[in-house]
Amino acid sequence: MALRNIIGKRIGNGIGLVGRRSLSTATCDVENRNSKSMNLYSAINQALHLALETDPRAFVFGEDVSFGGVFRCTTGLADRFGKARVFNTPLCEQGIVGFGIGLAAMGNRAIAEIQFADYIYPAFDQIVNEAAKFRYRSGNQFNCGGLTIRAPYGAVGHGGHYHSQSPEAFFCHVPGIKVVIPRSPRQAKGLLLSCIRDPNPVVFFEPKWLYRLAVEEVPEHDYMLPLSEAEVIRQGSDITLVGWGAQLTIMEQACIEAEKDGISCELIDLKTLMPWDKETVEASVRKTGRVLISHEAPVTGGFGAEISASIVERCFLRLEAPVARVCGLDTPFPLVFEPFYMPSKNKVLDAIKATVDY
Amino acid sequence: MAIWCRVSSRTIANANHMRKRMNQGFAVDVNRASGFSSASNRGRPLFSDGNRRHLNSLPWNRATLVWFQRFKSTLAEKQQDPFLSSDSDEDHQSLEFPGGKVSYTSEMNFISESSQTRVPCYRVLDDDGELIPDSHFQQVSEEVAVKMYSKMVSLQIMDTIFYEAQRQGRISFYLTSAGEEAINIASAAALSEQDIILPQYREPGVLLWRGFTLQEFADQCFGNKADYGKGRQMPIHYGSKKHNFFTISSPIATQLPQAAGIAYSLKMDNKKACVVSYIGDGGTSEGDFHAGLNFAAVMEAPVIFFCRNNGWAISTNVSEQFRSDGIVVKGRAYGIRSIRVDGNDALAVYTAVSAAREMAVNEHRPILIEALTYRVGHHSTSDDSTKYRKLDEIVYWKNARNPVNRFRNWVQSNGWWSEQQETQLRNRVRKQLLEAIQVAEKAEKPPLAEMFRDVYDYPPSNLEEQEKYLRETISRHPIDYPADIPV
Repeated sequence: MALRNIIGKRIGNGIGLVGRRSLSTATCDVENRNSKSMNLYSAINQALHLALETDPRAFVFGEDVSFGGVFRCTTGLADRFGKARVFNTPLCEQGIVGFGIGLAAMGNRAIAEIQFADYIYPAFDQIVNEAAKFRYRSGNQFNCGGLTIRAPYGAVGHGGHYHSQSPEAFFCHVPGIKVVIPRSPRQAKGLLLSCIRDPNPVVFFEPKWLYRLAVEEVPEHDYMLPLSEAEVIRQGSDITLVGWGAQLTIMEQACIEAEKDGISCELIDLKTLMPWDKETVEASVRKTGRVLISHEAPVTGGFGAEISASIVERCFLRLEAPVARVCGLDTPFPLVFEPFYMPSKNKVLDAIKATVDY
Repeated sequence: MAIWCRVSSRTIANANHMRKRMNQGFAVDVNRASGFSSASNRGRPLFSDGNRRHLNSLPWNRATLVWFQRFKSTLAEKQQDPFLSSDSDEDHQSLEFPGGKVSYTSEMNFISESSQTRVPCYRVLDDDGELIPDSHFQQVSEEVAVKMYSKMVSLQIMDTIFYEAQRQGRISFYLTSAGEEAINIASAAALSEQDIILPQYREPGVLLWRGFTLQEFADQCFGNKADYGKGRQMPIHYGSKKHNFFTISSPIATQLPQAAGIAYSLKMDNKKACVVSYIGDGGTSEGDFHAGLNFAAVMEAPVIFFCRNNGWAISTNVSEQFRSDGIVVKGRAYGIRSIRVDGNDALAVYTAVSAAREMAVNEHRPILIEALTYRVGHHSTSDDSTKYRKLDEIVYWKNARNPVNRFRNWVQSNGWWSEQQETQLRNRVRKQLLEAIQVAEKAEKPPLAEMFRDVYDYPPSNLEEQEKYLRETISRHPIDYPADIPV
């Protein structure tokens, strides 16, 4: 599998460079039939077009989706499929998700957009108490499996408290829903189509930083990538790194640099956080004996804690070093201090070396 | 010239202001909506058996016929804005803003926080169950009336006996619908079986009407193998797909935006059906009430929001719940047609829901119904309402304002019911229910495996692991676990 690096420059805005983000599509089991170079929002847009094309009972709705959305993910949908299937909703997240649950409960594919993951909390009750329990509490008489909630998440360089959050950990604690996070355009298209067609309610977080910056060849046909299957995107033997979303590009840079020091890093993209693929991670840790988890979300109570605890339970005697976590700090996401807050390449590299030298 | 203009506009503004002051309350002029115009087939009323009938073949009285062609409150007031007129003189005084034209006034007036009089409540039977003269209502046949009455009685008996069962420790929890039997049964009777119900939790009568058996109720309360919910939820959290009754969940008002989504789906599928979602007075304070109504209005979804204003949200009286004139006035805030009805008058409830359904289905619009009533029982078996309200208040409503007695009087006065039938019915239902409870109590509980199913469509590996580990634990420590759950 050829390693392809696609480098996207973050446009400077005076805050300082957090680091160039590059992308690798090391392993991808999607055959490159006709593919086209495109960015993340275009790939997501394609997935949505396909979803609505292939299922006449699929709907896309949320704030501002009609004109194309604030991140252009829904461009062209309203024109092509009509206002009855692609429409703006009032500004009310609990309404968006509640309405979506109702639509899904009637067998439709309800693809709801929350404009920023930072604003998903009003819908938390509907997601946790309703969507996640809809099938279970009814004894499987009813379900809202057709519901997919999409939200841009993560740092963007200048987002501050309310345009940068990574709330995935809250949702990973809720039995009954799935949480999926793509790392690249090609992944996003296949994963989103799987989420939409999965018979369970799914929360799909899209790394907003990559909407424009991540560019790669994306097959133009309709393809799906499996959920709850982690992917080893870089083979290695000295240490296992686990991450998801945009953070993987940072981690990959750290891996490349570590290699210069003779450290062979294995990098795993979890892809689905709930339910997550313990087997793949465990197999890797059995091979390397060391593990490092990295995510933008604050370290305390972050999803890295769950991975760490599980791996320690399963691989304790194999571990050569404590499980390392390189994560965001326990503060609200700051504006001017973003470069300090973020789990940067050098922080990851330091932790790789510390773990290997333990 | 300038002076003239100023005076002129002031005069106009004053005139408008005077008109506005004179306008009281509000009415719904449904002439334009033509829900009941006899000219088109669209307008013919549907009946609870789903058949359309020609207006002329119905047992209407003239008053009913006339009434059906227009819905107006007794404070007849055009819904149209009094400021908008075809007078060309005033045209130049309107302003364009996003959202449309609006006229302006140079006199500053705040809209009063409340009307001078409260929105009146629609009723047809007086407190003794006698028809109020010149009432407009939808006639019910003997068969339907007797069925309605019987189900109201069954609901009463069901509530009494299940409540007792909880007190005896046989079930863990129960809540009654005492005092709200007319709301439960009459609203259900006015719907078709294809209409989808999203309940709060005090509407088991709707299920009863649709044919959910006493055994099915008991099975859910005992959480046994036959419970459709598979023993996963507390008692009274019924759900039945075959009866188009979505499973009850404890969080308040969450069903309201879901109702809008379900109704939108019905509209997209061109179904001649609507959604009916119930909520209490307390639930209207939740954000989901705002979300649900606003979405339904904007999406033009055929949903009836039925608010049971029974005066109490556990111990919180309505005076501590909102400062508006109840819930009916909130409809207009969302652009939703609304009505206030006497919730203890079965005929009034039946008529209002029938009419609401017509409008919802044919015009693809939401309707808000506020049914005034009283919660005679405690909030639930975990509550003792004498701690926060007077016993004589409860007794008054239980006896003097009893919806079941009221409807019985009307049914009896038509010669459709007798004391003998009453005794027979009560005895029969009691007996059936006690038997159902015995059967439910003895029945096996659902097997342990059901705890792990339906979290997702298929159990993920972490659940498979946890089930395996749990089973090992159970075999090591069987005394920790209830013996009546098959492992």
